[in-house]
Amino acid sequence: MVLSANDKSNVKGLFGKIGGQADDYGAETLERMFATYPQTKTYFPHFDLGKGSAQVKGHGKKVAAALVEAANNIDDIAGALSKLSDLHAQKLRVDPVNFKLLGQCFLVVVASRNPSLLTPEVHASLDKFLCAVGTVLTAKYR
Amino acid sequence: MVHWSAEEKQLIASVWAKVNVEECGAEALARLLIVYPWTQRFFSNFGNLSSPTAILGNPKVRAHGKKVLTSFGDAIKNLDNIKGTYSKLSELHCDKLHVDPENFRLLGDILIIVLASHFGRDFSPACQFAWQKLVSVVAHALARKYH
Repeated sequence: MVLSANDKSNVKGLFGKIGGQADDYGAETLERMFATYPQTKTYFPHFDLGKGSAQVKGHGKKVAAALVEAANNIDDIAGALSKLSDLHAQKLRVDPVNFKLLGQCFLVVVASRNPSLLTPEVHASLDKFLCAVGTVLTAKYR
Repeated sequence: MVHWSAEEKQLIASVWAKVNVEECGAEALARLLIVYPWTQRFFSNFGNLSSPTAILGNPKVRAHGKKVLTSFGDAIKNLDNIKGTYSKLSELHCDKLHVDPENFRLLGDILIIVLASHFGRDFSPACQFAWQKLVSVVAHALARKYH
């Protein structure tokens, strides 16, 4: 699965419009993921996962920053996320299925906060981008 | 049998009451065909599916989307027996339509995104949980009679 020039432009455009709210998008993505897919909480036994948790906000900021970084380096996502990829393979070892769940929740956040941004074409591009990010983060698993 | 809490039932019903079945159904199916183009394989007789614009404007897509989402309504009316509700449809999708059940999961996820875009902040995380559970149960029921 390859990102076309259109896909790249759609994704960059989307993140450009989200701008400084990326942190909030990240936090809400995690909140939704933990609520919708409770099994994802098993990776955060050390976190307070209650509503408004500062830890979830902080972690959402990190997740959002990684997505923004990937979008800004969309021609070389593997390069941009190489260290994160190592981390997930060696230390975090989050089962690959969970990246789809996170991606679904990110899409829901964009749809609910900014429905006009998520046209069907942008939806398709963003879905592909999120898949690509998940693929990169699990690429070194075995 | 699936257990639904009172809250889950309420969240499902309150969203459903406000859903325009024709619009949401059409949009969900169109987005499925646009975001996951390989799903077009089941609709070779639908005419022009050559671009997102063509798909969104395609009357057969709209009609079929409405049909699919209307059927969802049957599940919502029969939350305590979704398996029974979809028994015949499950056989149909296996024996006649030959649809890989993965497609039910894909459509379910797309429907959630369409609902989120229509209901905005009202589509709370608790709402998403209830609806994600519903689409998962529906997908499971549709796959149940496969052999």
